[in-house]
Amino acid sequence: MSNVSIRNLCVSLGGNRIIENLDLDVIESEFLVLLGPSGCGKSTLLHSIAGLIDVADGSIAIGGEDMTWADPADRRIGMVFQSYALYPTMSVEGNMSFGLRIGGTPKAEIERRVKRAAEILHLEPLLKRKPSQLSGGQRQRVAIGRALVREADVLLFDEPLSNLDAKLRAELRRELKLLHRKLRSTMIYVTHDQVEAMTLATRIVVMQGGKIQQIGTPESVYSKPDNLFVAGFLGAPGMNFLNGTLACDRSMVRFAAGQVDLDVSNYAFKHEPRHDMTVVLGIRPEQIQIGDQGNLTGVVSLVEPMGNHEIVWIDYCGHSLAAIVQEMREFKADDRVRFSVDAAKISIFDQFDEARL
Amino acid sequence: MNATVTRARRNTRLDPARIGIYAFLVSAAAFFLLPLYIMLVTSVKPMDEIRLGNIFALPLSFTMEPWQTAWSSACTGVDCEGIRGGFWNSLAIVAPSTVLSILIGALNGYALSFWRARGAGLLFGILMMGAFIPVQVMIYPLVQILAALHLFSSLPGIILIHVIFGMPVMTLLFRNYYASIPEELFKAARIDGGGFFRIFLQLMLPMSTPIIIVAAIMQVTGIWNDYILGLVFAGRENLPMTVQLNNVINTTTGVRLYNVNMAATILTSLVPLSIYLVSGRWFVRGIAAGAVKG
Ligand SMILES: Nc1ncnc2c1ncn2[C@@H]1O[C@H](COP(=O)(O)OP(=O)(O)OP(=O)(O)O)[C@@H](O)[C@H]1O
Ligand SMILES: [Mg+2]
Repeated sequence: MSNVSIRNLCVSLGGNRIIENLDLDVIESEFLVLLGPSGCGKSTLLHSIAGLIDVADGSIAIGGEDMTWADPADRRIGMVFQSYALYPTMSVEGNMSFGLRIGGTPKAEIERRVKRAAEILHLEPLLKRKPSQLSGGQRQRVAIGRALVREADVLLFDEPLSNLDAKLRAELRRELKLLHRKLRSTMIYVTHDQVEAMTLATRIVVMQGGKIQQIGTPESVYSKPDNLFVAGFLGAPGMNFLNGTLACDRSMVRFAAGQVDLDVSNYAFKHEPRHDMTVVLGIRPEQIQIGDQGNLTGVVSLVEPMGNHEIVWIDYCGHSLAAIVQEMREFKADDRVRFSVDAAKISIFDQFDEARL
Repeated sequence: MNATVTRARRNTRLDPARIGIYAFLVSAAAFFLLPLYIMLVTSVKPMDEIRLGNIFALPLSFTMEPWQTAWSSACTGVDCEGIRGGFWNSLAIVAPSTVLSILIGALNGYALSFWRARGAGLLFGILMMGAFIPVQVMIYPLVQILAALHLFSSLPGIILIHVIFGMPVMTLLFRNYYASIPEELFKAARIDGGGFFRIFLQLMLPMSTPIIIVAAIMQVTGIWNDYILGLVFAGRENLPMTVQLNNVINTTTGVRLYNVNMAATILTSLVPLSIYLVSGRWFVRGIAAGAVKG
């Protein structure tokens, strides 16, 4: 159980700066999820923490100890790779105990740890098998087991569930969460699946282009995104965006875009809004309330039933807005509907620097 | 409704195209097998019969004597002890050369693929250039070097030479094979605390069985068939079978014993021949596996 503290990290690969001046503090025992689009440098960051990539500049401390140039084996970390990376010629048991055997751990201790990991991960009947004789989910569990037996302070996961089918993924996701609750070790988990990020994380780090865009709890990252990128990256269907201008009039602030005219007076502005400022308004689909008492009207253009909820696409003054409706109601295309938006729960971004207002 | 489904049958009729293909295959096979057939029948005929000149005819009186002579009493220059000495010499050269060159090639390929030391690419380029320089160019300098090392005309000398000449191809073979192994496997072993040699010996080598078999086939046949290096570097005591075969055939005293020559030739080629027969399948598979990526 250690904290990880990264200062001013720069990493270059093949002559390209992949990560530039990155600072990150991982708190002891937390489940930190690195989220970002493909190629944004999540794996690179994780591999630098593990010591598998040499850093160009900056420092990495694990448990208060500077590990910037330490050997991967000495960092008290365990890692689960995206491709499992099980040793094909060794049995499940051999895979899990390889590191301990190298480290010269006594036989009895190795046995105890392997047995415990196998118990936690339900691998006992498979210990004698080779990786090629396992299913995808079982291989994944062996990969996790190999990281567990090290009894490392920090566990690193690189998209461990991305090769699995949806059902197994949900199952292992739950197991991982339970595992974290049981072990309390610090976990850093890379994914580009936002459901995984939202369900597992105590904090989410959203990355883009080698830079951290926002760090926060899943709730705050989702409902109060710091900038347009974070707002657009999270959520399915994505946030509804409207480009327009602010009209400030004494205590009233209104948002206007063509015929659209919304009262946003009770939005919690971080900065004092200026009159005529060009902004982007963001509304989460579940914050559009369809109902007869709504003050806005639009025409339903499409209904997507999702089983336990449905997505209703509304044409509103030439903009297409997605709304999530929890109770299954009979909406049909071309229906006129009334709806309302709670201005306290929307997001407003400056159109130029794309930061939250 | 009682629809019967007529199962489509595979077309086994002999149409002209098929006959043409078979005719071509048979004649191609005959082209390559005929010399072997002639050698075999000639080697079991007494000399009287050979003088008749019917080289395609089956033997009238079958004899194994030429084989015995070739093995144990044919004259190679001055002494007449057959080519069996050459057989053991070749074995003594081939076995260590093969093992060593495979080990070194695997180690090189492993280091180049996974450890990527500074200048590794350049080193590999130079090594590959070595593969394209004709042997003849290097012989004289190598003689000088080996003489300086007191290894010229000795068994360790010729083994060293074979290891050196085998290194580029062995390195290439293993490097390409290891390039197809996911890098994360190596990284996982690094986190588990594996060092350079431990990862090589406990992880990479056990995974290399197919390519080791290919490399062994290439090296055994290549070194067994070598003539020029053995002639120059092995020294009188260690002449390989190929050189002795040449001496048997070129011995100028007396009549030319065609049957003995044929038997000696077949004996010499028996090792590579049997390796091809036993392992042809492995060979093709390994070459395909190793050659696609890289
Ligand atoms: N060996 C390399 N040489 C040069 N550039 C590299 C190398 N490896 C990765 N990159 C680049 O670094 C960037 C970040 O790669 P990285 O693997 O960290 O992305 P990622 O966020 O993990 O993406 P994904 O979600 O697809 O796994 C990418 O743009 C990639 O092209
Ligand atoms: Mg990645």
